[in-house]
Amino acid sequence: MSDILLEAKAVAKHFGGVKALQDVSLAIRRGEIYGLIGPNGAGKTTFFNCMTGLYIPDGGGFVFDGQPLKADAPDRAAERGIARTFQNIRLFGNMTALENVMVGRHVRTKAGVFGAMLMNAATRAEEAAIRQRAIDLLHYVDIADRADDLAKNLSYGDQRRLEIARALATEPKLLCLDEPAAGMNATETEELRVLIEGIRKDGTTVLLIEHDVKLVMGLCDRVAVLDYGALVIEDVPAVVQKDQRVIEAYLGA
Amino acid sequence: MDIFLQQIINGLVQGSIYALVALGYTMVYGIMGLINFAHGEVVMIGALVSITVTSTLAAAGMPIGLAGLFGLVAAILVCMALGWSLERIAYRPLRGSPRLTPLITAIGMSIVLQNLAMIIWGRNYLTFPPLLPKVNFEVAGAHFTLVQVAIVLLSAAMMSGLVFLVYRTKLGMAMRATAQNPAVASLMGVNINRVIAAAFVVGSALAAVAGVMVGSYYEIAHYQMGFMLGLKAFTAAVLGGIGNLAGAMAGGVLLGVIEALGAGYIGDLTGGFLGSHYQDIFAFVVLIGVLMFKPSGLFGEKTGDRA
Repeated sequence: MSDILLEAKAVAKHFGGVKALQDVSLAIRRGEIYGLIGPNGAGKTTFFNCMTGLYIPDGGGFVFDGQPLKADAPDRAAERGIARTFQNIRLFGNMTALENVMVGRHVRTKAGVFGAMLMNAATRAEEAAIRQRAIDLLHYVDIADRADDLAKNLSYGDQRRLEIARALATEPKLLCLDEPAAGMNATETEELRVLIEGIRKDGTTVLLIEHDVKLVMGLCDRVAVLDYGALVIEDVPAVVQKDQRVIEAYLGA
Repeated sequence: MDIFLQQIINGLVQGSIYALVALGYTMVYGIMGLINFAHGEVVMIGALVSITVTSTLAAAGMPIGLAGLFGLVAAILVCMALGWSLERIAYRPLRGSPRLTPLITAIGMSIVLQNLAMIIWGRNYLTFPPLLPKVNFEVAGAHFTLVQVAIVLLSAAMMSGLVFLVYRTKLGMAMRATAQNPAVASLMGVNINRVIAAAFVVGSALAAVAGVMVGSYYEIAHYQMGFMLGLKAFTAAVLGGIGNLAGAMAGGVLLGVIEALGAGYIGDLTGGFLGSHYQDIFAFVVLIGVLMFKPSGLFGEKTGDRA
């Protein structure tokens, strides 16, 4: 088993004349917290969307867990072990918190149409297991008391936590968090940091897109910086922080 | 007064059939925004398959009740396969095309299925074998039969089953998630194609049961029976708020009752000028009224929770 969990090979994506990603190559190692930062519009979310199969890259591709990742198959990516949250929260608002997490279990369970129509013993056992696992995950992110509330009625911070629980429900090898600290206050950000560290300790590799440079530098083992769709540097935080190009990218100098 | 009660009962029976069919429209619409106008034809195929199977088995000496049960199961299986094929062959290739394209295809599939049925079963009315003994009940001057009771009870059972499926199972959860946001659902590992296919298959199973009910209620079936029934059920779905499960059920029953009351009183209201065979106008007056005054339907406010 290779040390590399996800490798991006010269990934390119254009929108009309805009080069959102230009030959971005990077590698995420198993068990690390990997930060992806860059100014607004640098291509961070585009990179995420290509990786999770929402966009088809115009060039290059991804190798995940030793196998190429098929473009344009989001449910396959989830099955392979990539889960994500969204910059702008995208929960199933009219379903309860518990149900949102249960949807995430879908990919790890078997019963199909006939199982659901016949409700045989195996299906019932599976449904019970799904529910139990979802409850456990709500405890894990510390919002179990909101299990039966509709997702849209949860507070902002709880919605972010719920998104993480839903992503974890797919049992990902790689958890991708798209600006999880956006809009959070200092206390909430600190709680989030503890949660992410816990997730890594429990064996999940984390890819973090974040604006909060302090959070990224404190939390990540390695950091990649994107600017205008191109990779500027990929290194440990201490080196990245001192890099002249990064400082220029952020200060626009 | 007794005509009022009588028509309420008749309306409930007819309405529970509408409700079963309306659920098929509303599930597919809720998940993918498509009005599957071929759905009425699935009901028709269900009725005709069950006639063939039931009569064949009964002719071979099987007790009629048991033969009818086999007929019902055969109809359900054939219709599920039909619903799956419709989605796979006619609609999936058009996913992502403008909304009008699959709609026209749906109408085309409806014509194809009618003609296919005409080729297989002929253009004559077929007699539906009586599945249940003719037992009559009377309550407060209103009459009803065992078949009517069975229709209402079986519909209620099917609908509770569907509600359980949608709100309590993993498949139902995936359906609701897909209805709310297909892209996010697929990122969470839900196979959208499978969920859409499942909506067609489950809706078609309900349609098959409805087909057998209509057949045994009117004791008659033919290749065009699905057309008007489909339109009425579509009206029921719109009345309840298309895309909403509770709406389809309530809309179906309500439409049945409105129609039955209309048919019961239209003679009195028009001084005998129009007879009860004009009952169809009520469904469409309701449809036009809903579209004019409350296009979202009775339960239509919550556009998010559609499946």
